[in-house]
Amino acid sequence: MAPGRLLDHLVAADPQAYDVTLFNAEKRGTYNRLMLSPVLSGEKNYADIVTHDDAWYAKHGVTCRFDERVLAIDPVSKVVIGEKGRVAYDKLVIATGSTPFMIPMPGHDLPGVIAYRDLEDTETMIGLCNKPDARAVVIGGGVLGLEAAAGMAARGIDVTVVHNSGHVMNRQLDAPAGGLLKADLEARGVKVLCGAASTQILSGADERVRALQLSDGTELACDLLVMAVGIRPNVSVAKDAGLDVNRGVVVDDQMQTSNPNIFGLGECVEHNDVLFGLVAPLYDQAEVLAKTLLGQQAQFVPKELSTKLKVTGCDLFSAGDFADAEDRESIVFHDKIRRVYKRLVIKENILIGAVLYGDTADGAWFYKHITDGTDIKPLRDQLIFGPAFDADHTQLAQSAISSDIARPASILMTQESLQ
Amino acid sequence: MTLPCQSDETRSTCPYCGVGCGVLLKPDPQGGLIVRGDPEHPANFGRLCSKGSALGETVSHEGRLLAPQVGGADTDWDRALDLVAEKFKQTIAEHGPDSAAFYVSGQLLTEDYYIANKLMKGFIGSANIDTNSRLCMASTVAGHKRAFGTDTVPGTYEDLETADQIVLVGSNLAWCHPVLYQRIVAARDKNPDLKIIVVDPRRTASCDLADLHVPLRVGTDVALFNGLLAEIASQGATDQSYLAHVNGAVAAIKAARIGDPNVTGLAPETLQRFYDMWINTPKTVTVFSQGVNQSSAGADKVNAILNCHLVTGRIGTKGCGPFSVTGQPNAMGGREVGGLANMLACHLDIDNPAHHAAVSEFWQTDRLSPKLGLKAVDMFEAVGDGRIKALWVIHTNPAVSMPDADKVVAAMKSCDFVVVSDITAATDTARLADVLLPASAWGEKDGTVTNSDRTISRQRPAMVAPGQARADWDILADVGRRMGWDAAFDFKTPADIFREYADMSRLGTVFGKDFDISALSDIDNAAYDSFEPQRWPITATRQGGRFFADGQFFTADGKANMLPLTYRGPVAKTGKRYPLRLNTGRIRDQWHTMTRTALSPRLSAHLAEPFIEIHPDDADAVGIKPSMLVQVKSPAGSGILRAMITDRVRQGDVFAPMHWTGETAPSARIDALVPSVVDPVSGQPESKAAVVAVTPFKAEWYGFAVSSGEVGPNCDYWARAKTRTGYRLELAGAVTPKDWEAEARRLFNLPDTPVQTMIDASSGKARLAFYEGSVLKAALFISKAPVAVMRDYLATLPTTDAPHAIAGVSPADQPDPGPVVCSCFNVGINTIVAAIEADGLMSVEAVGKALQAGTNCGSCRPEIADLLVKVREAQTQAKEAAE
Repeated sequence: MAPGRLLDHLVAADPQAYDVTLFNAEKRGTYNRLMLSPVLSGEKNYADIVTHDDAWYAKHGVTCRFDERVLAIDPVSKVVIGEKGRVAYDKLVIATGSTPFMIPMPGHDLPGVIAYRDLEDTETMIGLCNKPDARAVVIGGGVLGLEAAAGMAARGIDVTVVHNSGHVMNRQLDAPAGGLLKADLEARGVKVLCGAASTQILSGADERVRALQLSDGTELACDLLVMAVGIRPNVSVAKDAGLDVNRGVVVDDQMQTSNPNIFGLGECVEHNDVLFGLVAPLYDQAEVLAKTLLGQQAQFVPKELSTKLKVTGCDLFSAGDFADAEDRESIVFHDKIRRVYKRLVIKENILIGAVLYGDTADGAWFYKHITDGTDIKPLRDQLIFGPAFDADHTQLAQSAISSDIARPASILMTQESLQ
Repeated sequence: MTLPCQSDETRSTCPYCGVGCGVLLKPDPQGGLIVRGDPEHPANFGRLCSKGSALGETVSHEGRLLAPQVGGADTDWDRALDLVAEKFKQTIAEHGPDSAAFYVSGQLLTEDYYIANKLMKGFIGSANIDTNSRLCMASTVAGHKRAFGTDTVPGTYEDLETADQIVLVGSNLAWCHPVLYQRIVAARDKNPDLKIIVVDPRRTASCDLADLHVPLRVGTDVALFNGLLAEIASQGATDQSYLAHVNGAVAAIKAARIGDPNVTGLAPETLQRFYDMWINTPKTVTVFSQGVNQSSAGADKVNAILNCHLVTGRIGTKGCGPFSVTGQPNAMGGREVGGLANMLACHLDIDNPAHHAAVSEFWQTDRLSPKLGLKAVDMFEAVGDGRIKALWVIHTNPAVSMPDADKVVAAMKSCDFVVVSDITAATDTARLADVLLPASAWGEKDGTVTNSDRTISRQRPAMVAPGQARADWDILADVGRRMGWDAAFDFKTPADIFREYADMSRLGTVFGKDFDISALSDIDNAAYDSFEPQRWPITATRQGGRFFADGQFFTADGKANMLPLTYRGPVAKTGKRYPLRLNTGRIRDQWHTMTRTALSPRLSAHLAEPFIEIHPDDADAVGIKPSMLVQVKSPAGSGILRAMITDRVRQGDVFAPMHWTGETAPSARIDALVPSVVDPVSGQPESKAAVVAVTPFKAEWYGFAVSSGEVGPNCDYWARAKTRTGYRLELAGAVTPKDWEAEARRLFNLPDTPVQTMIDASSGKARLAFYEGSVLKAALFISKAPVAVMRDYLATLPTTDAPHAIAGVSPADQPDPGPVVCSCFNVGINTIVAAIEADGLMSVEAVGKALQAGTNCGSCRPEIADLLVKVREAQTQAKEAAE
């Protein structure tokens, strides 16, 4: 995805600037991973989510080396070594992305234990619904795990989510919003177990996954187990090439690695000790990198992140920082009837975080106040009600008494007469 | 509005102030009334004020008392009235006639009054019948009698239009007698030379027209008019030929010269301007009202004014004279009929043996009270100390309106037997009754009233009384019969009573008194029904007109009396503990204790909570900021009101309205702070000169609420006002409740209605909105500071689809009309200001053209004029700032 966006920028800015070769271990070209969930739930199909197909690459003279693994990089002779041969480069972009983290618990390598990363995983899950009374367990109540669970549930599969924290999406939601989301997921047929620890994956006679066992001994029978507990950047190639690598490939504000001719992009990079899993910053990186490659000035500045969950009927929005702390104030709106929950977190009259559940229409507006660092003091009483009420009301009457009325001009009265 | 009475309309008169405006009534399909001014009535010629215009909103049967109650339980008339008759009989048998008392009201029609007076004075045999007119008119009655020999209003309303100068003394005519004020406005438009002087410690709305405002110190009127009298004498402006008909001029002038006008606190140039304007304008009418009457020197104030008119002979001729304007629709009728404890009937005197004999003869009774009765304040003293054991209160609310009101409540609680006649059980006084009697209300009642210029008009029924409600004369006469005086109280209709009353008034002429309507003594029922407004006297030889131009007075020697007067300040003295002077009075859109006006959403919107006007310097001194709540303490009691910081009051004075009650704002029963000090001559309480201390009320939280249903507030400060959709509430407390949702559910009585909440804990804000489906039932807005929300917008939301009520403001694209200024057309202050700014409107007329505001009753015209000034000042300031 990130490389696709990079190519879009390059092509748009200066088609002749580079002669591009694109390596991809997957068979196909670039598609929008974010849209895998709608494919899983059956609301979209693969064709809908392809962003760059073979025709596009041909049209823009991109040499595609798909379904081919990169074995090594030789930064000295500036050559990339693929399974099917070498390609010399002037500038190299490493966008190897990330690999889902598989908890190394007993049985994690059994057949029927998968991650949720690519179209293959998606198709595996879809395939499951051909089996009558199919059951699945998803480990991980984050965005990806819940989308996987909801997608399978939408296809009639009996799904249970196992989540170790107290409420789902705990990195994006506070407990009340997490609670509302749990209820909505359960209404869609997804079972959710919070604060549950998995101990091992059990196999059946067929040596396939049979069940997940929890620390309390519970066994959750399943035909498929999906692990969605986070990602690990793919850094081996970069590491072998001798580039600076911590958790990810270290890049500076111009997306340059420790080697001036090699750049990093996407989920494989680490910028100021931060890794990236959501799409917005990846697109920003792609834009910055395109400029860098074209010799223009550009700087990658991570923005506050905002999250949406692509599960139909679970309308939530989360942005910024909403952890409780001494110096933080919360404004909380709760509509038990319409099941709407909103929490704004304020620090020194600046909005620093927002959690919306049930009505996210104003998400972008709050997000802008967060990123702009607006002084919300004058709007505070109305802020949570969104742009429709965005007016300065500091002059409102504070009682039922209409304000004092000025002295009529027609009167001859001297202050002296008032001693 | 100029059409004469139509066939489907009933001609009647307004139940509010003493102007006595004619109204035309037409029942509407919703069970209310469509009300308009009677173009043919001589008091108003079609005009109505905001209160009169809203009468139709006050006749719903909401809160009406529909059946007699004994000990709080419904019963029938026989049981209730047998009990009343029995108790009164028993009490007077055991403890004598003076152990019984009636406390009645200027709301009573003359026929009701006549029966009450006849029953108490003539047959129970005590003069312990007094009326709330005691709180209102007694000083004028006393002043008139001392000067003229009778309680006579010499002039007529036409004098206001033919005068060259009108002096308003202690009268905010613009708000309290708006139609007379509008007549003056119209007269001024015709005659730009008409001068208007306002003598009042406050810069009231009536100052809008004034050429001169004389902001004298509270209670110094005698010093001012003594000063005027002395100046009249010094300038040789006396009328020697007229003084041939006047006693005591020399002594009065001598006393006046001793006085020191500087106690008025007025600048010398203001004093001189007042003297010169008064002296140089022969056709001067001096209008006076409660600012004069409600004083421990009230009678003297009246005589100080009368002195000046007598010494200049400016009385009883076209366009000049002293003019008392009364506060109630039938205060005058009550005075004529003898409704006061110190009068007999038809302006005759109890302590005059000849009068006594004549009335005994006329009523065929040997029980007629031989001596004066107890006046209001003494009456409730006697109730408190047990001398009075059976009390009947009719259409008035002494638990709120009497001075030292808490003491009055205690007295009634301690009384053996308390009967209350009213149209509702929801009054502070009705809640103290042993027996509660449902009376018919205005719109149902049938009889006559007399207004401030002696014009007798009919009140006619346009609706049927609900439930078991009965006319007051009927209830009283029934009790008279049940007490054994069948013949004396054998009346079938109000006309029967009126004929007897008119016949009795013959005695007026017999004893050389002013009041005589004997020409009506044989009026038949048809003529009574179609009776046209007529000014008394109405005799074979005389019809209405003015008094005293001929120098003939109703004293023993036929001469008027000028009195030598010495200024006496208010009894309560300000000092360290109580540094401020508390003035009380009416506001534009409310009436007395609101039992009627509070039913009208329109009227309740103008000033929707009780307040105290305080001068900016006095507010600063104790740290009172705008919209704060203020704790007011007097030696008699204390209260909590909203601060209105304004230089309309003098430094050292505060003003608070008299209207709020235990039903509408318990902490604002202002008469609980007023001491029961009275005028030694008139017995009228000094309601406008208590001494108080004010401090900020330490509110931990403030609240505003709207609700479609009944509300049950329970906190240190609350004020409830009616809206079109239910109620609005102001709230505050010294202790913050633990759980706002529980508190709100209790307040609105919505135990399980779904709720929407917004909590901003660190700034102490909590908001709750209750919905049935998408329809708003109620909403509560809490804050540590006075709540800043769009009150008048929110007040429209209950019962409607209002998903965003909890935001507290209208969406950015919907403007907020702001607090209502024009009640008739419901136009808010923001709407008016916006129109003035946007369209550059320059006059009240222009505002009227653009928004209708001020084009019906005109009561808000002074406020609109003030807004025009305010906006223009703001604009010039803005310009200057820009330059």
